[in-house]
Amino acid sequence: MSPWLAAARAVGAEIAARHADDVDLRARFPAEAVTGLRDRQLLGLLVPSTEGGAGAGIADVVSICHELGRYCASTAMVYAMHQIQVACIVRHAGHNPWQRAFLRRLADGQLLLASATSEAGAAGDVRSSICALDEKRGRFTLVKQAPVISYGEESDAILVTARRTAQSPPSDQVIVVVPRSGVELQPQETWNTLGMRGTCSRGYRLTAEGEMSQVIPVPYADVSAQTMLPVSHLVWGALWLGIATDALGRARAFVRAEAKKRPGETPLGAARLAVAVNELQTMKSNLLACLRLYEAAIGSVDGPSAISLAVAMNNLKLGSSQSVVKIVGEAMLICGLAGYRNDSPFSLGRHLRDAHSAAVMVSNDRISANNATLALALRDDLEPLA
Amino acid sequence: MSSPLKVRIRTVLKNAGSLQNGVDALPDDADLHAAGLTSHATVSLMLALEEMFDIEFPDRLLGRLTFSSIDAIARALIEIGVQDEAA
Repeated sequence: MSPWLAAARAVGAEIAARHADDVDLRARFPAEAVTGLRDRQLLGLLVPSTEGGAGAGIADVVSICHELGRYCASTAMVYAMHQIQVACIVRHAGHNPWQRAFLRRLADGQLLLASATSEAGAAGDVRSSICALDEKRGRFTLVKQAPVISYGEESDAILVTARRTAQSPPSDQVIVVVPRSGVELQPQETWNTLGMRGTCSRGYRLTAEGEMSQVIPVPYADVSAQTMLPVSHLVWGALWLGIATDALGRARAFVRAEAKKRPGETPLGAARLAVAVNELQTMKSNLLACLRLYEAAIGSVDGPSAISLAVAMNNLKLGSSQSVVKIVGEAMLICGLAGYRNDSPFSLGRHLRDAHSAAVMVSNDRISANNATLALALRDDLEPLA
Repeated sequence: MSSPLKVRIRTVLKNAGSLQNGVDALPDDADLHAAGLTSHATVSLMLALEEMFDIEFPDRLLGRLTFSSIDAIARALIEIGVQDEAA
């Protein structure tokens, strides 16, 4: 186990787990766990060593998200969303001096990054913007109606998408890094949801200003296709696997306790547990296969834009988001009333509510529709199996 | 002056590209994504080009770069064997 993963496990088991119910109950930011991650230098993990970071890879972040997901899904989701933003800057900053200096600040100060990609009126399509950069003499201003910015108030910087200019079509987007000193957030919507209550994904009217060098020097279309989309689906898939793993861990403990009470008899829940273990294995295998696919793709020039990769990553999201609900549901049936109760060691209510966010917070129907379009262009897979 | 191949590409782009401000004013090297070519429209454009030229784009040419300008599309088509009469 890497020292990073060991540190993340310690934060998960000793801090996140202890506060998870309170975070959920009060729909509050998991401040203790995020401070723990910051103290252990886990926020700047992806920053290259040339910029003072740890120079870790996506696989390290994926395994940390899985680990945190076992203890507090909101903490894991905050960490996942943060690392998605970091990955975008690390991969697409190029030689832009402002971006490189920002990465150094990120590593030094272990800054927490949030994202404002969705927009009121864009009907959930993050690849389409209404707001636009207003550029004057090398500086920009920007006003965005953001229906959700997760942990915006707790973040140190926000990555915001917008049309390149006021004349640009909705699909010609850029993404700009705005430190909190350049952002004003006017709260508009509260966050009182079924699950993932600790992400504090409130709505705001966002006003931002800064230098044009804060714009990531690659079109958002490329940032999205090559990094944001695949990395999102990998880190989400990992944390959902963490939720499912913990739920099934509780179910397994329940079945074993039953078996010990009546030696020689196979408990009623054992057959259901076996089926759920199979589903968990599929979920994990799919995640690891997609991780390898992504790692191979980032080695090639146009690779990460490839349609087959996009379809695979979308399928990972669709599959994992459904599997996590199914597995937690099975765990609940295995534990019976002990799982249904909110006050037992086998309680699964929070897991179930958090799991349902997976298909909703980024709509599976939209991803299915994208896949339907991509299916028209998808070629036969001629790769040898091994 | 556009080559015959690029004139045919423009015809396809007019019908399949769903560009807000049309195609006529765009130079051959204009960035089609900046002109509003969405990822959805890119797939429609690809299918329409395959139909027009009776070809199939190989997987390696299915990136955004291939459809980034009329020039880029022409290069890709020539690469997979489409003849440009003016060339």
